[in-house]
Amino acid sequence: MANSAIARALKRFEYQKYASFIALVVLFVLSALLSPFFLRPGNLVNILSQVSYTGMISLGMAFVIITGGIDLSVGSLVAFDSLIGVMFMNYVMGSVHNELVAVIAGIIAALAVGALTGLLNGITITRGRLAPFIVTLGTMAIFRSLALFIGNAGEIQSQSNIYGAFGLVNILFLPVPVWIMLALALVLDIVLNRTRYGRYLCAVGSNSRVAVFSAINVDRIKVIAYSITGALVAISSVLLSSRFNAVSTSNTGMGYELDAIAAVIVGGTPMTGGRGTIWGTIVGAIILGIINNMLNMLGVSAYLQGTVKGLVIIGAVYIQRQRA
Amino acid sequence: MSETLLETRSISKDFSSVYVLTDISIQVIKGEILGIIGENGAGKSTLMKILSGIHVPTSGEIIFEGKRVHIREPLDAKLLGIGLIPQEFNLIRELTVFDNVFLGSELRRRDGLLDKKAMMAKTRALLSELNVDIRPEERIENLSTAQKQMVEICKAVSIDAKLLIMDEPTTVLTQYEIDILFRLMRRLRDQGATIIYISHKLKEVKAICDRVIILRDGAVVSTEKIEDLSIIDMAQRMVGRELNQVFPAKGTPARDVVLEVRNLTVPGVIEDISFELHRGEILGLAGLVGAGRTEVAETILGVRKAEKGRVLINGKAVRISRPADAVANGISYLSEDRQGSGILVNFSVIKNISLVSLSSYCRYVLKLILRQKERASAEAHARRFNIKAPSLDARLEFLSGGNQQKVSLAKSIDSKPTVLIADEPTRGVDVSAKQEIYRLINSLASEGLACIFISSEQEEIIGMCHRVIVMRQGRAMGSLEGEGITEEEIIYLATGIREGVA
Repeated sequence: MANSAIARALKRFEYQKYASFIALVVLFVLSALLSPFFLRPGNLVNILSQVSYTGMISLGMAFVIITGGIDLSVGSLVAFDSLIGVMFMNYVMGSVHNELVAVIAGIIAALAVGALTGLLNGITITRGRLAPFIVTLGTMAIFRSLALFIGNAGEIQSQSNIYGAFGLVNILFLPVPVWIMLALALVLDIVLNRTRYGRYLCAVGSNSRVAVFSAINVDRIKVIAYSITGALVAISSVLLSSRFNAVSTSNTGMGYELDAIAAVIVGGTPMTGGRGTIWGTIVGAIILGIINNMLNMLGVSAYLQGTVKGLVIIGAVYIQRQRA
Repeated sequence: MSETLLETRSISKDFSSVYVLTDISIQVIKGEILGIIGENGAGKSTLMKILSGIHVPTSGEIIFEGKRVHIREPLDAKLLGIGLIPQEFNLIRELTVFDNVFLGSELRRRDGLLDKKAMMAKTRALLSELNVDIRPEERIENLSTAQKQMVEICKAVSIDAKLLIMDEPTTVLTQYEIDILFRLMRRLRDQGATIIYISHKLKEVKAICDRVIILRDGAVVSTEKIEDLSIIDMAQRMVGRELNQVFPAKGTPARDVVLEVRNLTVPGVIEDISFELHRGEILGLAGLVGAGRTEVAETILGVRKAEKGRVLINGKAVRISRPADAVANGISYLSEDRQGSGILVNFSVIKNISLVSLSSYCRYVLKLILRQKERASAEAHARRFNIKAPSLDARLEFLSGGNQQKVSLAKSIDSKPTVLIADEPTRGVDVSAKQEIYRLINSLASEGLACIFISSEQEEIIGMCHRVIVMRQGRAMGSLEGEGITEEEIIYLATGIREGVA
């Protein structure tokens, strides 16, 4: 009797929902066994801080993927946003001679550009009735190229010391970017699961024709998702350029689109859209971070890490397929 | 001499420990047309999916031509000579008719390349045998729904099937096309083929089948020769209880006009449509498939752009350019295409019901959803509509067609509209769910809801509507009222034999 009750409970247990959490726990234990350094607080904080930049972008990516779309331009946008922010800050500093005003102006400029470029992606996709893959593939090329052109393919240094400081500050043992990622996840999780917008987001991704007939403004829902992604990219850009107090137009944000998409997928959101999870995405990002960390500690060549990442993505999608 | 072609012995099937079929033992006799009827969820489709290899039974045996067979995948069924015409189309839109007919069994030339000429010729021969006017090289996406159905049939016939399974093949066909189909079925039978015919339409089963098997709750309740069963017997055995009056008594509409449509025109689609709709009135739109009834609805909803014409609500002209505007103006739509534009199958019952009216369950700037309020409202609808679901959090894919339709109706009226456009509200729904939907629409009308009732089933139009506009080729051919609504008059107007006063 008791056995069958347990069996039934196990059968009803939603593996799909918790698969990424289980994977995280397994990976965590495995890593702790494999390397004595893994469990050191410094190392754990380091992992979190490394994944925070792409982690916050992946939250927006989750929204976009829930609508059934994709955003490939996020990596290039990190370079572009950072560049605009830092250059504008340097310019303001040169003209008003107030460092704080300049830093704030730079941050605002980066955020505005980020939200606007996201908006541009969204409007092009919905108004032009174009595939998100194509549009963002295009803007991915455009924004990287614009960044290289404006920055002369080189590195732009920030002329402010304040700017380079706040991105490295620790609050309660964790760096600022980690706190910001967690705070954003908290808010976006509520938006996804508790608000009208979140419900509409899933409806649009699930069947956009039903959504239209249900009096939902499908285009607006999509445009907002891309704009949110743009804004999150901008926040990440500000934190990232603050960390280095500089922007490298050729390296900054390179490959971030892959990391962000991978975090969403590994976290359990299906590529087909219609549903998704924010905390799962955070878990996905951390899983990828731990894998990178372990590969480093085990002395695997940095060049091979992409191979492992690729295999993890394909494996995650394969497992999802088997469950569906 | 009756010889058994196929026999099932104690077939059972469960989906994650929920039994949908229990102990099914049936015999299919060579050269007969066997009807299988039952309510939605009775297990008809599941049984057929087992015979055609889409599902594997949990237990039981299948005997085909005297030998025990294992049908593990659709290819096994095809090799045995079992062809299935599924309820949902299984055609590739981008390919041509002949590509689809020969999909998976392409003819090849000696050099290994596709023998398009031979396939085209064979398809043309099959199509002309079916008496349908479709070019073999036409692409599927350019065909009408009825034509697609004919291609499906053509595809199943092309493998020289010994056993042909037709799952609700007439749902989207007009009477004319149904007649062609029936003639073809009889000819195939006379040539030695065996056909299993699944349908909700008992009249058709009576007309075409030799024997009938009735399923209820996953079990066989009776097997009879068709002569021994009346339509009423069939209905009662399907439902398992006495059926009382199918249509509820009509109420009396009020005098005030809530919706007025004037000279609505979409070039090439609908032409100069005008009518008034009163509070509490059920106005029927009748006509053959393709007469433009759904298009009138879509134009009122703003899905199609009207070139000319106006829509007035309570005497005031309104601009509607998308369904959101229609809902804001109190017009709601129950779609004919339930899964395509009506409900979200991966959303729960609650989330579907509140989808149109979600704003009324939200508060604060962030539009937080008040989940208790949402649940309470869904519970009220589920009670009133007698929605049967494992729970209100169950996704709609786990509900039967009739219950899905009730959810769809609940969703349409949750925004408290003044006008409901119900487009084929009982399509693909079993007898008892149908009756409940009639009762619901009728009681909503008596509470003051004005309803446009679009249907291809004459009995429904006659039984439900106060007034009927009959359409043909995008035009209103005439309008019938009260006792004047008869099957003959509708047919005369719909086929253009008689022109009435619009």
